[in-house]
Amino acid sequence: MEVDIHHYLVLGAMLFAVGAYGVLARKNLLIVLMSLELMLNAVNVSFIAFSKILGDMTGHVFMIMALTVAAAEVAVGLAIVVSIYSRRETVNVDLLKILKG
Amino acid sequence: MFEDLIFYLFSALALAGSVVVVSNKNPVMSAISLVLTLFSTAALFILLHAQFVAVVQVLVYTGAIIVLFLFTLMLLNLHKDKLRFDAEHGKLRLAALILMIVLIGTVSHLFFKNVPLQNAAASAEGFGTVEGVATLLFTRYLLPFELTSILIVVAIVGVVSIAKRRLD
Repeated sequence: MEVDIHHYLVLGAMLFAVGAYGVLARKNLLIVLMSLELMLNAVNVSFIAFSKILGDMTGHVFMIMALTVAAAEVAVGLAIVVSIYSRRETVNVDLLKILKG
Repeated sequence: MFEDLIFYLFSALALAGSVVVVSNKNPVMSAISLVLTLFSTAALFILLHAQFVAVVQVLVYTGAIIVLFLFTLMLLNLHKDKLRFDAEHGKLRLAALILMIVLIGTVSHLFFKNVPLQNAAASAEGFGTVEGVATLLFTRYLLPFELTSILIVVAIVGVVSIAKRRLD
């Protein structure tokens, strides 16, 4: 079967779903952040695939924007993780419920 | 034919890596598998004629973000038992599985119905090169591009202020 856009979209959906599973089901704050990266990356796959079939490079530009946001998010997220760990000695999401969410 | 093989190889690698990321108990292993996933994705970008974006993916994701993760893991210096505490949420796990099925089902519907999304005719000249992306970035999308630099400044200031507070 010849590979076309649909294959890339299904792959993107699968990666996104696996990432969403990680964000929802894991308790380790660091792994939650990594799963978030997976989800952002999955969206990038779709951006680039659509860019290819439309013959328009706007998708590439958006992918670079998403990449910037991902990098900023990870930097802030990890700073928060370090700061939480130095106070609470844990990275277990279940134990971090002062806000009672 | 050859391209198809490359696609299947790298998408299988990416999926395997992502499954290890969410299923492994050891965060260091997760970070390494994340490298595998992101690198395979970069290879797929090259298949999609997005050379510049593929290089940026390797530089920023595997070069910067993963190193940041590994540094944080090193800084936290989690004890073995604390590192591996993970059991998963029962209810949320179910919700996540349902979400997975719905999402993959929806996109696969598109796949099997074969909604016509034709490959465009030959890509334009300079598609996916540094020059092509930069031309768009510095003309049509100049404002969003400049706004990302503000975002980065905000992130830097935020990170420094969070990290500083810890010392007091």
